Amino acid sequence: MSDVWVLLEHSDGTTTKVAHQLLTGARAIAAETGGQVVALFIGKGWATAKERIAKFGAAKALVAESDEIGGYVASPQVEITARLIAEKQPWGVLFASVPTGKEVATRVAARNGLGVLADAVNVTVQDGKPVCEYSAFGGSTLVKKTLKQGPYLICVKPNSFVAEESPAEVAEETVDASISEDSKRVVLKERVEKEAGGRPAVESAAIIISGGRGLGEPANFSVIEGLADQLGAAVGASRAAVDAGWYPHSNQVGQTGKTVSPQLYIAVGISGAIQHRAGMQTSKTIVAINKDAEAPIFQMVDFGVVGDLFDVVPKLTEEISKRKGGA
Amino acid sequence: MPLNIAVCVKRVPDTAAEKKLDESDKTLDRESVESILNPVDEMAVEEALKLKEANEGEVTIISMGPEAAQAQAIRKALSMGADKAVHLKDDILHGSDAQAVAYALSQVVKKGEYDLVLCGAESTDARTSLVPPALAENLNLPNLNFVKNVEVSDSSVTAHRETDKGHDIVECQRPAVIGVVWGANEPRYPSFKGIMAAKNKPVETLTADDAEIDSSKVGFAGAKSEVLEFGARPAERKKIIVDNSNGDAHVKLADFLQEQKFI
Ligand SMILES: Cc1cc2nc3c(=O)[nH]c(=O)nc-3n(C[C@H](O)[C@H](O)[C@H](O)COP(=O)(O)OP(=O)(O)OC[C@H]3O[C@@H](n4cnc5c(N)ncnc54)[C@H](O)[C@@H]3O)c2cc1C
Ligand SMILES: Nc1ncnc2c1ncn2[C@@H]1O[C@H](COP(=O)(O)O)[C@@H](O)[C@H]1O
Repeated sequence: MSDVWVLLEHSDGTTTKVAHQLLTGARAIAAETGGQVVALFIGKGWATAKERIAKFGAAKALVAESDEIGGYVASPQVEITARLIAEKQPWGVLFASVPTGKEVATRVAARNGLGVLADAVNVTVQDGKPVCEYSAFGGSTLVKKTLKQGPYLICVKPNSFVAEESPAEVAEETVDASISEDSKRVVLKERVEKEAGGRPAVESAAIIISGGRGLGEPANFSVIEGLADQLGAAVGASRAAVDAGWYPHSNQVGQTGKTVSPQLYIAVGISGAIQHRAGMQTSKTIVAINKDAEAPIFQMVDFGVVGDLFDVVPKLTEEISKRKGGA
Repeated sequence: MPLNIAVCVKRVPDTAAEKKLDESDKTLDRESVESILNPVDEMAVEEALKLKEANEGEVTIISMGPEAAQAQAIRKALSMGADKAVHLKDDILHGSDAQAVAYALSQVVKKGEYDLVLCGAESTDARTSLVPPALAENLNLPNLNFVKNVEVSDSSVTAHRETDKGHDIVECQRPAVIGVVWGANEPRYPSFKGIMAAKNKPVETLTADDAEIDSSKVGFAGAKSEVLEFGARPAERKKIIVDNSNGDAHVKLADFLQEQKFI
């Protein structure tokens, strides 16, 4: 088969940006495989999801709607996805390369005896097979991999594709949403949410402003938060800043934090150690602000400012605010 | 109630050291670099030791890899306080991908009777985080992944699973496979006594045959993915550097961001 499926990431039908990016990427892939883009919806809130994804060109949707599924972790998605793949044999399935997406993909692979590739930053097609690009060894190496046999299971990192609208009529097919007792083994007891900071999450944000030890003290994170809010960006942090207790680990970028590839990454007061670069080197555009012209981060920037962040960042924030107002 | 805990650990190249790919087979040339116990696995070991201290029981380290895996990763885990280890070592395992590693580890786990199988949620080298869920799948066990605060009660285990916005409290029955997230705890440093004691702790070495591993499912033969090419990432960065000595760098940066349509 030649269809390209996308497992939709959503919360009660509110599909995420990553889901829209994957649908967009799937269109280019499907153009090569000669198939259709098929959205795979599992959970509740299909009506909401349908409206949202129609904008991003899904020709078809497989809909496993059920209220029960949300009470369990990952396994229902695994069971339903594995069952549908076995039955319909698509060309492949794209998953968001985030913890849940990868967990579902790898378990589907193990269950159906398929291969899986994680952390792809781009996917193209050659001779009908996927070519997945990803970065290795702290981002210094570009690796291209393929899977020997389909259906191909591929986890694609957020922001690898840029979401583009292309409205389509979604043909929907209702599929079996029942799950076995085995899929009910991991129960979601309680969801604990910190008060929403109003900023996007680091793992999927299109723009990230990260702060490091150069900020000097925790209160100074407000300097980069101000810039982040002007740009609608997430706030990240280096490990030095996290270890010092200035910012939560959930925002840490790097080898032992999140690996991100936003459209724009601005490193402020971060030296650019290899373990930090490992987490952000695939960013589309990289900007650094650092007072040390010799800082390793400058070796990998598109735009670098050698200067004191306490001078540059507030002025930049104001400048952006002015330009936005004047535009 | 005593807990029988297995912890899967792997050795990874020290990221501070330089890495090389083996040109002949496009795998990481692991002999060329310094290796350490995967840092997240130290946290899995710590979590296991804490569970043992609170509940009694035994902690068994399981590691798959060449000889040096034993010297580095297993020894470190034993010197932290684990009781014994099983080392799966066989040339036919070389080249295994994540699915194959998970399958091979599952065969080793099946030889014991474990209440919990702990893993690091992701390794610092492969970073795929594919192994723990695939291991759970091979064992047909429930999986709590990317978690910390692991607690056991009579027959169940609960933990906090990291989410974008906070955490989910998740629960399942034992036995279960648990992927411990980075930052779950502060791993203890091996004491001198621990390091000495580790030298006498039992390490059982298994071949693929011993673990009843189907050789067609592992190594290069079993790999479902293949490397097409690898190379240095072309430096495609613009590398525009401006100095703020005039105090106007923010204007130039704003121009740049506007050109790139970020403003
Ligand atoms: C196993 C392992 C895993 C690791 N994982 C991670 C990880 O996930 N993420 C991570 O980030 N690190 C990680 N590290 C740590 C990493 O090696 C570095 O120590 C860390 O990234 C340094 O953080 P930093 O750049 O904020 O601090 P520093 O290296 O101290 O850099 C601070 C920078 O701020 C600049 N500066 C200071 N004041 C100003 C000012 N007023 N204006 C402008 N610039 C200023 C300085 O010139 C300097 O370049 C890991 C290390 C190990 C060993
Ligand atoms: N060769 C191995 N031997 C033992 N455990 C492993 C091995 N490979 C992976 N693991 C476990 O799986 C976790 C995740 O690794 P990975 O999926 O490679 O990111 C590691 O932290 C280990 O706990």
